[in-house]
Amino acid sequence: MRSAWTIAKKELKAYLYSPVAYVLAAFFLLVSGFFFYNILAWANEQTVRMLQQGYPAEYLDVNQMLFQPFFGNVAIVLIFLLPLLTMRLFADEKKTRTEELLLTSPVRLGAIIAGKYLAALIVYAGILLLTATYSLFAFAYGNPDPAPLLTAYLGLFLLGASFIAVGLLASALTENQVIAAGVSFSAILLIWVLSWVGEGGPGAWRSVLAYLSFFSHFKNMAGGVIDTQDVIYFLTFSFLGLYLTRAVFEFRKWR
Amino acid sequence: MIQVEHLTKKFAETVAVRDISFAVEKGRIWGFLGPNGAGKTTTMRVLTGYLPPNEGRALIDGIDVASDPRAVQRRVGYLPEVVPVYGELTVKEYLRFVAELNGLERRKIAPAVERAVERTNLQPVYGRLARNISRGFRQRLGIAQAVIHEPHVLILDEPTIGLDPAQIVEIREMIRSFRGSATVILSSHILAEITQVCDGAVIIKEGRLMATLTREEWGKSLEIVAAAPLAGELAAALAQAFPALAEARCDGASLKLEFLRPPGDLNPILSWLLGRDVRIREIKAGLEALYMKAVLAEEGRAS
Repeated sequence: MRSAWTIAKKELKAYLYSPVAYVLAAFFLLVSGFFFYNILAWANEQTVRMLQQGYPAEYLDVNQMLFQPFFGNVAIVLIFLLPLLTMRLFADEKKTRTEELLLTSPVRLGAIIAGKYLAALIVYAGILLLTATYSLFAFAYGNPDPAPLLTAYLGLFLLGASFIAVGLLASALTENQVIAAGVSFSAILLIWVLSWVGEGGPGAWRSVLAYLSFFSHFKNMAGGVIDTQDVIYFLTFSFLGLYLTRAVFEFRKWR
Repeated sequence: MIQVEHLTKKFAETVAVRDISFAVEKGRIWGFLGPNGAGKTTTMRVLTGYLPPNEGRALIDGIDVASDPRAVQRRVGYLPEVVPVYGELTVKEYLRFVAELNGLERRKIAPAVERAVERTNLQPVYGRLARNISRGFRQRLGIAQAVIHEPHVLILDEPTIGLDPAQIVEIREMIRSFRGSATVILSSHILAEITQVCDGAVIIKEGRLMATLTREEWGKSLEIVAAAPLAGELAAALAQAFPALAEARCDGASLKLEFLRPPGDLNPILSWLLGRDVRIREIKAGLEALYMKAVLAEEGRAS
């Protein structure tokens, strides 16, 4: 546990001493801010129109009109963003040959992987926290229900945790960061759209693909519905990514 | 104590190391010699637990690397071929990180870093980013990280490569200072380095063990020992007769020779000596002569 934290601290320094974390955070805030603004403008317009048409005000749901579509868009941004955050984790160690230091130190392979995963997770959580400022506006000018909002954030965090696990695995496969980013981006995107692919197929096939897809599990949580099945899905997925990363290292030893 | 027993390491297409055995006693410094691609780095990687062996065993202080890698890694300090430095950390941060990696207790970290810095004279770059330090400091930093946890065994892969002559001397001094306190194995292409620093040498070529030599065996240069005391003029005459000799001098019954380059064939000198009624009792080859002999040897004649 202590050695995993040692690795995590070093990775956090690497993120924070280089422009990577700041540039990615800025990029993320810019794009997600743009989405937030657009969706907010649309929601305002809709609200005004609906009130003019005589809808009772209590039928209007800020969570449903603003946050659910917003979080859906944020998730899409993450598909692009997180591979850029994770691509260096192992690829860079291989390129600079520092991997040999880690793998010949008396630290377990599992602790090395866990430490790197934890560092990326912390940076991601930090970036996610910055988007909370948007929600503060919503609380200042309206009264959204905080519970579904927190559920959606938990969903985003778990979704990102799965993306990071995929990115970590991709980074362990190559010493080229661009390839690592490309592999994790494609893999995440494919898993995201699995549910669409399944729509045309026969029943059983469809439900399997829908179950495997990130999208089917995230959409519930983005809408504020917490289901242990979805939480378990994300946790299993993340664990599987870390486990496969470990397997890559074990396999490479014997190559 | 380092023991390698019938070690074989295969990669997908090639056999990098085949059936190598040698041992380095506690507190000794041994050299690992061989042409490029001989399997030196691979053997060192097996010793550090980075690569698992296919056959045979590697033991550090009697512990099998394959069965308890972490116990071995706690005892071993390793300087890989390419110094593993994180450019974005300062020298201080980097050394603290390596100390933590090696599981040093919190209160022992600062003194350990201080000691390693003193030992390798890193004070001038202590606060600098590791990516901005010169080649010489980088190499010293590599040694500092290897010794930070006071390992019983030091494995140094080409510790002086790419350094200028003054830096090479400095690094050699540093390595020599570990004699007695740690068992050291270092790889090198430079024979003079091995002669100056090491108590023995293992010579490998194409993954095979060609020779195991000790300091006593190689001496400083070639030495021909006669059965009876030699006349002083003999050396001067010999040096004159053989331009391949840089120096020749008589010391009682032994004739000490320094060659300009490794002698391929000693017969002319030997027959010259025999022609002067020198009864040759023993020939002691220097490391260079022995190395060339081992590396150029036909595979069938390899010991």
